[in-house]
Amino acid sequence: MTGHAGVGSVGFVTSTDTPLVRVLAEDGTFAPTDAAQRYLPLIDALTDAELEQFYRDMVVIRAIDAQATNLQRQGQLALWPPSRGQEAAQVGSAHAARRQDTIFPSYREHVVTRIRGVDPLDIIRVMRGTSHGGWDPTDPKNGNTRIYTLVLGSQTLHAAGFGMGLAFDGKTGSGDPERDEAVVVYYGDGASSQGDVHEAMVFAASYDAPVLFFLQNNHWAISVPVATQSKVPLVGRGAGYGIPSERVDGNDVLASFAVSRMLLDEARAGLGPRAIEAVTYRMGAHTTSDDPTKYRGSDEEQLWAQRDPIARMRAYLLGRGASDAFFADVDTEGADAAEDLRSRTVALPAPTRAKVFDHVYSEPHPLIDEQRAWLDQYEASFGENA
Amino acid sequence: MTIETMPFSKALNAGLRKAMQDDPRVLLMGEDIGALGGVFRVTEHLKSEFGDKRVLDTPLAESGIVGSAIGLAMAGFRPVCEIQFDGFVFPAFDQITSQLAKITNRHEGALSMPIVIRIPYGGHIGAVEHHQESPEAYFTHTPGLRVVSPSTPNDAYWMIQEAIASNDPVIFLEPKSRYWPKGEVDLDASALPLHSSRIVRRGSDVTLVGHGAMVTTLLQAAALAEAEGTSCEVVDVRSLSPVDYGPILDSVRSTGRMVYAQEAPGFTSLGSEISATVMERAFYALEAPVLRVSGFDTPFPPAKLEGVYLPDADRILEAVDRSLAY
Repeated sequence: MTGHAGVGSVGFVTSTDTPLVRVLAEDGTFAPTDAAQRYLPLIDALTDAELEQFYRDMVVIRAIDAQATNLQRQGQLALWPPSRGQEAAQVGSAHAARRQDTIFPSYREHVVTRIRGVDPLDIIRVMRGTSHGGWDPTDPKNGNTRIYTLVLGSQTLHAAGFGMGLAFDGKTGSGDPERDEAVVVYYGDGASSQGDVHEAMVFAASYDAPVLFFLQNNHWAISVPVATQSKVPLVGRGAGYGIPSERVDGNDVLASFAVSRMLLDEARAGLGPRAIEAVTYRMGAHTTSDDPTKYRGSDEEQLWAQRDPIARMRAYLLGRGASDAFFADVDTEGADAAEDLRSRTVALPAPTRAKVFDHVYSEPHPLIDEQRAWLDQYEASFGENA
Repeated sequence: MTIETMPFSKALNAGLRKAMQDDPRVLLMGEDIGALGGVFRVTEHLKSEFGDKRVLDTPLAESGIVGSAIGLAMAGFRPVCEIQFDGFVFPAFDQITSQLAKITNRHEGALSMPIVIRIPYGGHIGAVEHHQESPEAYFTHTPGLRVVSPSTPNDAYWMIQEAIASNDPVIFLEPKSRYWPKGEVDLDASALPLHSSRIVRRGSDVTLVGHGAMVTTLLQAAALAEAEGTSCEVVDVRSLSPVDYGPILDSVRSTGRMVYAQEAPGFTSLGSEISATVMERAFYALEAPVLRVSGFDTPFPPAKLEGVYLPDADRILEAVDRSLAY
């Protein structure tokens, strides 16, 4: 038994003997762990432009995330779930997915969705209360990105079923990674306790579904620490289902990318599902309705601030000779994206009342039609002042 | 016209086979539905005919069945899920009510969810706990779902095909006490659209309304009443959501009296809803309040007491007498 400590401990990650794939040390130096060795060729193959894009995506989403948090504070949004601190886990895995892959996010994958082509404004629609879904996953511009799911873990079963469908349709296992399709499903340490996640792993394993279960262990399910969700490192869960699994430093974008890429390619090759536990940290609140000072100490937050995924990648790029102009350009892009989001958020039109009745069913339904007609008549009864 | 006489379960089997032949995207999934053919043999032989990619013996997990069916539907399939018994649907309740029912709405129409969930339901089979329940009200209360229940082999054959053809999720409730009795099935044409109620016996004094296995009990009650000089009309609701009120209201307007009978507990039940609607819409036609005969508001009792719990013809006739006494 590895010695991770109890409730609220910051030692859960570091005191375990479980192998961890890490390529960049906390100070940004290139220092691969033993577990990282098999993934290094994938990292060696990355171009400077790709490495810079990883950094750019992390910085820009953090700016967008901060802006959205501010918009909530200013009454423009009902809610915002910040992703601050989890950028590396998300950016690495999102770039690991291939164009033909399908992504099932939970509800904090703001940069995953952005990388796939979803406009962050579409997430704002959900959080502002103008839409339940926000975007159309069947629209090609959204990169096969399914919409957010708010009931924890439910989407893992949808991902398993979707992967089963890919396998039944022969869209996997041809041996051509540019053609074979796979699925990435995101969930968290809290959701890992949900029965649906376990059932999803059983179904995916039984049908060799090409699914990568990507768990972001951000250490907190609102106020409950991960030690309450599991007595063992969560990466160990996969073995019980016969799902090869890897634990990565979720604040190391290179580790997240390389492990996700390799495991996804194994899944798409027809070898069955794979799982990743990305060890990261939710630096902000669970949502804007949360108050982390009630349940965790500033010492823990400070410790994780030293492991900031953006600072780590910045140091690495500096070491590789990235220019000041590059960093300035990225910061400008982040600021511009945030400002653009703000202006488009406040300009979002309110939904019309027809939306209450639209699309409850795909086919005509007499009760819905009756109630829609009644409301129209009721509103009309107020005349011009309605 | 091609008429064959067969039991309800075989009619369902034939309907499923036809739907699978007509559309290669239809697949069946559930516990023990393959080699065994399901605990009620409704899917018998289908796995050997269509293969294990179209008839899935799933792991034993109801939420997993419905949740993965949703993913399959997103991938373009039309899954038909079997829940083994009524009382076993609840592990899938979240996936049905929070996911399946709302996905089309959540996607603003960009996705449809053509999934059928077959659930054998109801009592009269002397089974242990969780095997005799009538959970229809949970699903009729959920916007986004359609809920139907055939009561005859002919309806079983056609309604399962119509449910599979629907682009909306359909909860398909199979009255398990009716699996074995035989009836005529017209293999050429469906008599009615899926969401239709139907007058199954003509009468002039009292309208008896119900669904599923209760239709048989209502017909028994009507036969007994006739011997005593009371003429009962019987309406089979068939579609529990949406309800087709036309035939029900037409009947009530002609008889002036109505009794609703159901196996489910009466409190906030389908009978409550239909009774209230009839009183709102046919108030001036009524000679008496609409009366309800239901299972008691208790857990379904041990099998040796099911005769106490389930409404029978006598309890229906007691309500008929009360209605006539107004």
